[in-house]
Amino acid sequence: MTKLERVQLWAEMVELQHRYVSALDNNRLEEWPGFFVEDCHYEIIPKENFDAGLPAPIIYCRNAGMLRDRVLSLRNANIYEEHVYRHATSGMVITSSVAGLVTTESSYVVVITNQAGESSVYQAGKYLDEVIQQDGEWRYRSKRVVYDTLRVSTLLATPI
Amino acid sequence: MSDSTFEPRLVVGTPSNKGSQRSLLFPQPDGAAVPYEVFSSQEVYTREQERIFRGPVWSFLGLEAEIPNVGDFKSTFIGDTPVVVTRTAEGLACWVNRCAHRGAIVCRLKRGNAARHTCVYHQWSFAANGDLQGVPFRGGHKGMVGMPEDFDRQEHNLCKLRVDSYRGLLFATFRDETPPLPDYLGAEMRPWLDRIFHKPIVYLGCTRQYSKSNWKLYFENVKDPYHASLLHLFHTTFNIFRAGMKARSIPDASHGLHSLITVTKQELETDTAAAYSQQNLRSMDKGFALEDSALLNQIREFEEMTTNQIQTIFPQLVVQQIHNTLVARQLLPKGPSSFELVFHFFGYADDTPELRELRVLQANLVGPAGYISMEDTEATELVQRGTVRDGEKHSYIAMARGAPEQTDTVITENLIRRFWVGYQKLMGY
Repeated sequence: MTKLERVQLWAEMVELQHRYVSALDNNRLEEWPGFFVEDCHYEIIPKENFDAGLPAPIIYCRNAGMLRDRVLSLRNANIYEEHVYRHATSGMVITSSVAGLVTTESSYVVVITNQAGESSVYQAGKYLDEVIQQDGEWRYRSKRVVYDTLRVSTLLATPI
Repeated sequence: MSDSTFEPRLVVGTPSNKGSQRSLLFPQPDGAAVPYEVFSSQEVYTREQERIFRGPVWSFLGLEAEIPNVGDFKSTFIGDTPVVVTRTAEGLACWVNRCAHRGAIVCRLKRGNAARHTCVYHQWSFAANGDLQGVPFRGGHKGMVGMPEDFDRQEHNLCKLRVDSYRGLLFATFRDETPPLPDYLGAEMRPWLDRIFHKPIVYLGCTRQYSKSNWKLYFENVKDPYHASLLHLFHTTFNIFRAGMKARSIPDASHGLHSLITVTKQELETDTAAAYSQQNLRSMDKGFALEDSALLNQIREFEEMTTNQIQTIFPQLVVQQIHNTLVARQLLPKGPSSFELVFHFFGYADDTPELRELRVLQANLVGPAGYISMEDTEATELVQRGTVRDGEKHSYIAMARGAPEQTDTVITENLIRRFWVGYQKLMGY
């Protein structure tokens, strides 16, 4: 891969991530499953388990149907305080690119604003992504969200 | 530990301080009215640390499966006192994580393996069992005097606690006169712990939640089967059929502080997954249905097909079986108005890959983002915020109050009332 190709691929990964974050930060949850292929893996797991090789997650979906179920439940079943996320992402690197499968790693910080209008750091962590192309669009085949923050404050409703 | 720690401490100071050491008024003898002050008072909280967490109880520390090898340790808490539990060649040990020298935290890691623990401040070092082993410059240095003549190393060990294990559940107590652990758990609770911990387990990791509410509000919540179908709307929304269930709501007979709630499918189905997907997920008027209901499957692994077993062992443990998720929840108070909840997930050593995968998948149901649990901390925080003032006013906990002996129901607040009666006795209120 030439340097120019690498930078172009990097820009495409960043662009995908920014669209993903924009959907979550602006209450367009229904768009969220569409960033994944149907046969996908999505997981939010604390760093202490990830580092120890232990599997316990806080969210684990093994196909896009489970992502859509999560949205449906958040919209219609679960009770939680209204809130807004703002994701700040950085440090995106491509860790491999082989036969159409791109793997990336990047950092995130989520600031949450609650109903009282108070903003606080909700989570810091990293994304470990596997990205493939489908119908001319990059989509996540796997997204592992590994959070450094030890504890989830109150609850986690909106995905990261 | 000496008896003196059990007695309520006299407040030494100004008359106004003494005046604040009043007793709380629980207006009803059966625990049906709880003064809101217990949820936010620093004075109550401090008394709880002395009379409960350092009192005649066994506090849950974690699972033996977290420290399987000699030298393995974990840092945790009893109440808000930092402690370390570790496995030595001679057996389990637990000590207060505070250097005998100047009071610094000795063990700064959450988990690890070590034969000895050294305080970084002045490098006093301790064996895994808490015995003081080394004091730098004890004998002086280059003609300078060291520790005094009467320094006796054995008088400066870490504060050691009684520690014991019941079927792989680790507990410790500050008090010599706390009954033996099996007696403390009691005849009503032990068979249900035996049921869950009937064969070797494997630790699957933990998730942690921090709630800005009093720890006892969580205890009320896990002793409250009445709220389950009203607060948690997941099953209702997706029309998941739940009728025809058999229930138990059983308190510990002696003090009422422990309790058991079970919900059991009555029909003998070997494949409830099929039952759920064929009958129960059919949408009704609103048209909500899960696309993939695999996380509601249940593979039979106990004789009685309980969908839920929620068992509280006062003051720091809730054992949970929901479908095939197995969790030991550890409840840690963090001041009067917050607590940490640690969900320790586990499976069995002989799990099939399919069963292990289902356990991990069903982590979606419980924990900080759980479909049927995320509302619990929302609710406890609403109570915390609602009760910040008017501490002398009280709640009204009366569901099924007229049938205190009835145990085959989930529409009851009996376990909460029994809890508060036991609490009052321990606290001397």
